[in-house]
Formats: sequence, C-alpha cells, structure tokens
Amino acid sequence: MNKDEALFEYLLRLGDTDVVLAQRLGEWIGHGPVLEEDIGLANIGLDLLGQGRLWLALAGEVEADWKGAGRSEDELAFLRDGNAFRNLQLVEMPNGDFAMTMARQFYFDHAHLLLLQALARSAEPRIAEIAAKAVKEVAYHVERSADWVIRLGDGTDESHARMQKALDTLWPYTGEIFAVDAVDDALIDAGIAADARALREPWLAAIGPVLDEATLALPAGEWMQGRGGRGGKQGVHTEHLGHLLSEMQYLQRAYPGARW
Amino acid sequence: MVTAEQRSIAAAAAGSTTPALDVVWEALSAVPDPEIPVISIVELGIVRNVAWNDGRLQVDITPTYSGCPATEMIATLIRERLAAIGVHHVDLVQRLSPPWSTDWIAPEAKTKLNAFGIAPPHVTRSRVDVAGISPLRRAAVTIPCPRCGSTQTKLLSQFGSTACKAQYRCTACLEPFDYFKPH
Repeated sequence: MNKDEALFEYLLRLGDTDVVLAQRLGEWIGHGPVLEEDIGLANIGLDLLGQGRLWLALAGEVEADWKGAGRSEDELAFLRDGNAFRNLQLVEMPNGDFAMTMARQFYFDHAHLLLLQALARSAEPRIAEIAAKAVKEVAYHVERSADWVIRLGDGTDESHARMQKALDTLWPYTGEIFAVDAVDDALIDAGIAADARALREPWLAAIGPVLDEATLALPAGEWMQGRGGRGGKQGVHTEHLGHLLSEMQYLQRAYPGARW
Repeated sequence: MVTAEQRSIAAAAAGSTTPALDVVWEALSAVPDPEIPVISIVELGIVRNVAWNDGRLQVDITPTYSGCPATEMIATLIRERLAAIGVHHVDLVQRLSPPWSTDWIAPEAKTKLNAFGIAPPHVTRSRVDVAGISPLRRAAVTIPCPRCGSTQTKLLSQFGSTACKAQYRCTACLEPFDYFKPH
C-alpha cells in the first residue's frame, strides 16, 4: 500500500470516529436527563465534530496528493455510503440509556487520549498539530466520563446494575481500538501513525482504577468484534451505522450542495 | 482625541489601503468575541499575527476549541472590521500550532471576564500535560464566585454554556455562574 493511500485511510479512521460519535452525542440534545448533562454531551460532541473536521479536511488534502483530486471535509462526511466509513464500531453503537452512553464514552475517551498523546509526537507535522490541539479538549472528556462511571457504579443498586451491564455489552467493541492492519503497518515504522497495540496496556491501567472506585468489574470476555481485519476501520459496520447516516446525511442527500 | 484608527479611516477614504500594523492591531482590538462580547478577539489570544505581504494583509488566527462555532463568525467580523479601515485584501490563515491556551488571555481581560460574571481561569499555566495522563481528575480547586466573591462554590458540570466554560454554583449567594476552564 502506498503511503498516501495508507495515510488517507488512517485519517478517515480518525475523522469518521470523531464525526460518528459527535452525531451520537448530538442525538441527546433535548433529551438529556438534566439540562447540565444535555449541554455537556452537546459540548463534547462539538469538540469531536471540530476535531473530525480537521482530520477529514486533512484527509482531503492527502487524497489530492494521492489521486490528484481530493474531496472536501463536507463531501467526505455527507456523501459517502456506510461501507466507506472507517469509524470504530464502538462509536456507532446506539445511545441506549445514560449508562450505555457513558460506558461508550468512558472506553473511548481513555483510548482517545492515549492515541492523541502518541499522535502529538507523529513525524507528520499536520497530524501532530491536530493531535496536540485535540488532546487538551479530550482531557476534559476523560475526566467527565470517569466521574460518571464512578457516580453511577457507586450509586444505587439500579445505577450500578445498569452501568455494569453497559460496560459488559460494549466490551467486545473495544478490541478493535487496539488492532492494527496493513494501513497501520505502512505508517507505524515511519513514525506517522501510533502503534495501537501499545496503547492497550496503558488503557487498562487507566480504566482499572476508575472501575475499582466505581465498584464495577472489568469485563473478562476475550471475544472481540471485528477480528481478522473485518471491523469498522475496514468499513465493516453494525446495522446501526446506516440509520445514523440516513439522519446525518439527509440534508446533503436530499439537496446536494445546499449551503447555509 | 483623534485615534490612529480614525486617522486610518480618513486615510482609507483618501485611497490608502495599507495602514501600519499598529493600526491594524488597534482595529482588531475592537472586534468583540461573539460569545463573550466584553473581551476582544485580541485579548482572547485568537489573533496570533498580522503581516503585510505584497499589499495583502495576512491575519493568522487560531481557534480556541476545535469545534468552537464562533470561529466562522470571528472570521467574518475580522473582514468587516478591516474593510472599515480600508483593508480589503485580507488572507485569513488558520494556525493550529501552538494550540490555543487560556494562558494567552490578557490579564486585563480576566478582570473584565470576572466583572461580566464569568470566573476567569485560575491558573496561569495549562493544566493539561500533552505527554502524560491527564492530571485533571480529582484536582480540587476553589473557584471564587464572580458575583459575591465567596469561595463556597461547587462544580455542576465541566461543560457550561460553551465548551470553554464549566458550570458552577455559589452556595453563598445561590447563583449559578460560568467558569472559563484552564486550557
């Protein structure tokens, strides 16, 4: 795989994961349990949307280097079909109850922080500068989702049971975060991409103490979604992504090229 | 008193369109932040540099947060303000590095924020270590209420009316308030 092609794919993974999770968090607007949480979820979604735009805009630049013509961030976000999306399956999972949303965020935020910290040292300066900016925002996301996991886990019997169930349900979607394939191989040695395999141990070390404090158990399942290079990063998705995109892309599909 | 800006407007009317950079800075200092109109985009640290390049004015700006919805509004306001002093050939360049920090907020702007009812960032250096694990959790700090000055305040949410602010409540005067998070 040539370097530009690999870099394009890698940037789609970063950008699509942010954009899809932002869309999920946006679904909470007007539905949050209390106003502060409604606003909090929307603001985290907004951070992720901003970061996703930066990654997709860069993907478009790289695509132009590779093919001679590149798509804009909007074309990439709104005019690709589901199987062209490269987001993690974890982030397309439905919001469910508040525990499910927080479990998804908790798993993702800690991995996201570690990934961005590694990418802030990328040999590709355009990646490093986006990561160095995003990492400051994600530090607040990490704090918030950890606080909620503790509050719900070490809360009532009901909140504890729901939080544990959410962690167990989403656990098989975490394996994909730390898997690498030919795209990563083409970029890791050059110091451009982060080696996701090396992030799993620090991730476990970060989430473990939070789960302890929350009186929750780290799920033990070994089976993971997306094994064998057939996960979201390769364009294989759950049935949930199509529904999400049908809403997210509606306007540009119905009125192509519409502008504010 | 005739300000440098007024002189420039007069000069623009006379056909001159490349005012000195201090005039440009003065003009940009009159552009309010759309979300927090008591402080300017210069005081907030959004404008990083201005320079003339072959008769075109290059303005380097940096977003506060990646997803800040005010970014495009700020670009429009900058163009309008510069047009008012006769500068029509403007190149706005977005800079991501170094990433924006609350350390760049001018000291006098922090006083204005407080008077406006937004508690300013309480530390002078960024709390986020890019290389290490976030030290944010459990870092209990006291944020004085911008209305009554009481230190009996409580964090309600790390995210307030915008991504850059947290929401607090004062347990002395019972008013909620925004806190500009260190970044």
